[in-house]
Amino acid sequence: MTSAIELKDLRKSFGRTEIIRGIDLTVQKGERIGVIGPNGAGKSTLFNLISGRLHPTSGEVHLNGRRIDRLKPYEINRLGLSRSFQITNIFPKLTVFENLRCSVLWSLGYKYSFWRFLANLHDANERAEQLMTMIRLGAKRETLAMNLTYAEQRALEIGITIGGGSDVILLDEPTAGMSHSETARFTELIKEVTVGKTLLTVEHDMGVVFGLADKIAVVVYGEVLAFDTPEAVRANSRVQEAYLGSSVADAQVGGP
Amino acid sequence: MATSINRSRWIVWTAFALVMALAPQVFDSGLGMTVLSQMGIGIIACLSYNMLFGQGGMLSFGHAVYTGLGSFMAIHALNAATGGGLPLPVALVPLAGGLAGLGFAVLFGYVTTRKSGTTFAMITLGLGELVFAMSLMVPEFFGGEGGVSGNRMVRDGWWGITFGPQVQVYYLIAIYTFVCVALMYAFTGTPLGRMLNAVRDNPERVEFVGYDTQRVRYLAFIIAGFFAGISGGLAALNFEIVTAEVVGAARSGGYLLFTFLGGATFFFGPILGAILMVLALVLFSEFTQAWLLYLGLIFLLMVMFAPGGIASLIMMNMRVAMFGRLRELALSYLGLAATGVLMLAGGTSLVEMVFHLQLKQSEGSVFSYLGVGLDVENMVHWLLAALVLAIGAGLFEWVRRGFVHRWGLIQTAIEADIRRRAAT
Repeated sequence: MTSAIELKDLRKSFGRTEIIRGIDLTVQKGERIGVIGPNGAGKSTLFNLISGRLHPTSGEVHLNGRRIDRLKPYEINRLGLSRSFQITNIFPKLTVFENLRCSVLWSLGYKYSFWRFLANLHDANERAEQLMTMIRLGAKRETLAMNLTYAEQRALEIGITIGGGSDVILLDEPTAGMSHSETARFTELIKEVTVGKTLLTVEHDMGVVFGLADKIAVVVYGEVLAFDTPEAVRANSRVQEAYLGSSVADAQVGGP
Repeated sequence: MATSINRSRWIVWTAFALVMALAPQVFDSGLGMTVLSQMGIGIIACLSYNMLFGQGGMLSFGHAVYTGLGSFMAIHALNAATGGGLPLPVALVPLAGGLAGLGFAVLFGYVTTRKSGTTFAMITLGLGELVFAMSLMVPEFFGGEGGVSGNRMVRDGWWGITFGPQVQVYYLIAIYTFVCVALMYAFTGTPLGRMLNAVRDNPERVEFVGYDTQRVRYLAFIIAGFFAGISGGLAALNFEIVTAEVVGAARSGGYLLFTFLGGATFFFGPILGAILMVLALVLFSEFTQAWLLYLGLIFLLMVMFAPGGIASLIMMNMRVAMFGRLRELALSYLGLAATGVLMLAGGTSLVEMVFHLQLKQSEGSVFSYLGVGLDVENMVHWLLAALVLAIGAGLFEWVRRGFVHRWGLIQTAIEADIRRRAAT
């Protein structure tokens, strides 16, 4: 069986500074990975390298056994990888429904067509409606995305990410900036909508990480310090030293 | 609900067709026909421009390249057709312009649409200058200073349609306008049309839902070029002469300015813009020499206070009307209009006096403006005009403050109303 994502000695430098310093990582299909690490460790850069937003300086990225590190973001997306963003990245002047419909059009094969009416694309409309119900924005169908609350925008961000039906989903701090109760509800939502998919999540909230992931990758200084089950990672002394040892993280893990 | 939308759509399109069909009955003078014909041409041009600007977020400074080159190709096609070299009916000549617009958009668009934002704007500006310079360098195609002229008359046309009388050309333009407007409206409801909006809103995200933003922009650019070319082709038939200025920067700027004035955020905005464009260029410019100055001022005020253009002002008031609160604003609007007229009378008097002083003094110091004799050598007249302006401006500001307050109250009430409806 080929793995969903395989990184081979992945490196990325900005000028003279090496941000990603040789990462090897293999994610099997259906695995749910939490990526944690201190600020500036290179987690978001790692996601940018996998999703094609940045090209690596050296090393390889494979998706379902296919090399993708020189492809453009849209080519990678067409191969079945989709991502969300840390800073909300939606279509502000389109309605919730239009946002979601935009996310499903390519995967349903409508491409750049201008000889068909959107109103008649029943499968796309149905899928967009379905997504809207899944992310609990059914009541906001005709609301412009820019007029949604922050939490609703985050939900829409997830909706757009899963819209195209990709098997591999990358979520970059999905709960960033949310209140505690919102985070708990949102974690459930993410679990629900990513059933059966390969999931990689960058997250600062340890509660979310341990709730979502069956394996955790600890990234520190552009390297993977540990890649194991949550229990093993928690017990790992090097990880404790580098990251989890802080009282904040302890409080989050033990928190409500 | 869907049927009511369908019905209102039928009503709007039928009304549009009827207005175009009956307009020559109302404005049957020579000037009326000229203005109406140019409006149709302008409507297609501004709508095609808005496909880039309003729908795709592409600020083009060189749209006249595509209308203009369409004009040139169309006039050459017309000459080839009347010369017997090309079996092309005169009624289809605008399509030759459309194909030319499409062809040049394929060629130039490949370069321009690779970039977005400021870079895109710069490249279109450069290309516009380049084509304009070319038009003077290649007189074989562009006809040099005198341009290229043609003759649209068909000797023995079907059912007496010779395209000699202006009214026949008007109806040809009207048919093209109706079909093009319908097609461009249809485009907004297609997958490519929607993804074009998405590219305008957030090009980066588009790349992560599987679309190549460059391809989306390029395809939209080509389609816009096609319609621009048709507009240019109609202009060639209408004027029977095409000169280098049709590809010039002034023309491109005009499309941008009036599309913006009309309102780029609504489909019908550029239609209003085009109507204003023709009124300004043909009528307003006859009325006063200072028309460009006024136009610049209007543009400035719109950018600052109503960036959505006239269309958005209309839609905002429609919303107030739908909630039954427009009547409360009637008095304010009346006050704004009255004080505005007063302010304008004073301000434009000053402007006209300056223009008279600078340009027409040889005709004597007294001239008639708005039925009043103004003497540029009489200090009292200057002071009176300034006084009218000051009083008008003061009163206008006073009324405006009251209006803004009332408008704010109504908007808050409407928002609350909407929330209440959503909750139940």
